[in-house]
Amino acid sequence: MATVDLKDVRKTYPSGVEAVKGVSIAIHDKALCVLVGPSGCGKSTLLRMIAGLEAITDGAIAIEGKVVNAIGPAERDIAMVFQNYALYPHMSVYDNMAYGLRNRGTPRDEIDRRVRATAKTLELDHLLKRQPRELSGGQRQRVAMGRAIVRNPKVFLFDEPLSNLDAKLRGQMRVEIKNLQRALGVTSVYVTHDQLEAMTLADVLVVMNAGVVEQIGAPLDVYERPETTFVASFIGAPPMNLLPVAALPSSITSAAPAGAATLGFRPEDGTFSDHSEQSQLSLAAEVEGVEPVGAESFLYCRHADNRLILRASGRTTVEPGARLAVTIAPEKMHWFDGEGKRLS
Amino acid sequence: MAEPSMLPPASGHDKLMIGQSAAGIYLAHAVLILGVVIVAFPIYYTFVASTHTLQTILRPPLPLVPGSEAVANYSEALFGGIGRIGGVGVGTLLFNSTVTALGIALGKIVISILSAYAIVFYRFPLRMTFFWLIFITLMLPVEVRILPTYKVMVDLGLIDTYAGLIVPLIASATATLLFRQFFLTIPGELVEAARVDGAGPWKFFKDILLPLSRTNIAALFVILFIYGWTQYLWPLLVTNRNDMNTIVIALRKMISFADADTEWHLVMVTAILAILPPILVVVLMQRWFVRGLIETEK
Repeated sequence: MATVDLKDVRKTYPSGVEAVKGVSIAIHDKALCVLVGPSGCGKSTLLRMIAGLEAITDGAIAIEGKVVNAIGPAERDIAMVFQNYALYPHMSVYDNMAYGLRNRGTPRDEIDRRVRATAKTLELDHLLKRQPRELSGGQRQRVAMGRAIVRNPKVFLFDEPLSNLDAKLRGQMRVEIKNLQRALGVTSVYVTHDQLEAMTLADVLVVMNAGVVEQIGAPLDVYERPETTFVASFIGAPPMNLLPVAALPSSITSAAPAGAATLGFRPEDGTFSDHSEQSQLSLAAEVEGVEPVGAESFLYCRHADNRLILRASGRTTVEPGARLAVTIAPEKMHWFDGEGKRLS
Repeated sequence: MAEPSMLPPASGHDKLMIGQSAAGIYLAHAVLILGVVIVAFPIYYTFVASTHTLQTILRPPLPLVPGSEAVANYSEALFGGIGRIGGVGVGTLLFNSTVTALGIALGKIVISILSAYAIVFYRFPLRMTFFWLIFITLMLPVEVRILPTYKVMVDLGLIDTYAGLIVPLIASATATLLFRQFFLTIPGELVEAARVDGAGPWKFFKDILLPLSRTNIAALFVILFIYGWTQYLWPLLVTNRNDMNTIVIALRKMISFADADTEWHLVMVTAILAILPPILVVVLMQRWFVRGLIETEK
């Protein structure tokens, strides 16, 4: 039962920069936990601390209930997939996968059996004799995965492993990683800045910003109930519309809880109709641009000084310059206070 | 049909480069051939001279074709010993030079790769100070520090020893710098992957760094072997005994300006034998040498 527990983990660099400011996460066995956030939010630092590549300034990291703060990366029984794969350039695919096992003193026939079995799972068996430079990006990615899997570790750590692949391959590998992680049942921590990757992969989604955890939860829960304006604007593409309460008509703000400073609603939650049907409960918006993407179209609008995005399914007849009346169902409204925290 | 097999070969060596005319190619070849003749003729002439008797050499003009004394001259030089340098054979001189050049080349590589490893991959107090100390020695070649170094060698009793010939020339900022620059291009992720894979500092060095540096090492070996082979000033100072001379020093000693008794045929033989090992090293390691200079394997 490989659980990973982080208790008030902090990282302060010698320069005085606080990269991680007290993070506590409990990852249960076999879960795939995704750390997501903008660059510089501390997610990679956190992952590297779990790996043991970065010293922990304060707090505790426990793997399988055992605190590993003072243990080196090799003894933590973790395996890591790096952003640039970090394959050993002078070794064959086989040796790349076998290297970690050899260093552990695994018997030769055992190594051979495990490398071949893993290569088969990843469809790498015909490439075992190749060198990394003779492989395509996707194949290198697989070898990096294989190097992690073959060790049969307690925890997998992924550091933006798909960011160097093209969009199509990325989608394909995303599914493969998810399936593989399910099949192997290995607890995993996955770092990405791509919210789509985070949403689709995660069992547990951890949204980070500026060294602190903004929200932890199941991806759809986070999507439906963002705890802060940061999460609201970071998760979901296009992001949630956030309008200052002061700019809204009183008919809408009358529904707001006390202390509300910002109203949020998802692009797909705003229903719109022609301006002439403007009612008490709607917002006036002027369309500035239309972006058809096939199955849906996004309308880029302006309400007073604020921009908002609406989603129309399929093709839309709305054209730039049109004036719309936007209605939001009360249960689809998200209210945030002056500090960006969710109300109610 | 644009079948792949019908495409022109990817290598363009047999094709004209863009904007290149046939006349240009002939001109380029003419210049190159002229250059080769200018460089190669003196060496050929030396070889010709080494196959004639002393009398033929001293009576101009020297023939342009090799003579019949090759076997006699070479065996006399190699096994008979040369009178002007106390009867020491060229074989001994070749051995001395080989030991010195190999010692300098290998010693420099070992020392510089280890110091570069420490400077790049370890964090220790005064790391940059040490780096700059090494760097500054670039400005202090043997010639500048020759007196104190000589004194140290005398005090240590290393005159007329291989250690005395090799050690003062080993410490090398250039090689350290070269390895440092190469190590800096190795991505941090690779180092971390090795750590996760359970490779300690020594294993990382042996299994990953050394294989990746092999072309650099080969290129450096060629340069340093020739550097060691052609040393003149230091071996001149540190060796007194004729049987400890390097071949370059002995060659100089064989020639007498005051007397007419210089054995020119043996001098020519020694000169030819002195050029052979560096040529051999370059020819044998050429492939590696070029790869080490132009290509980084990553």
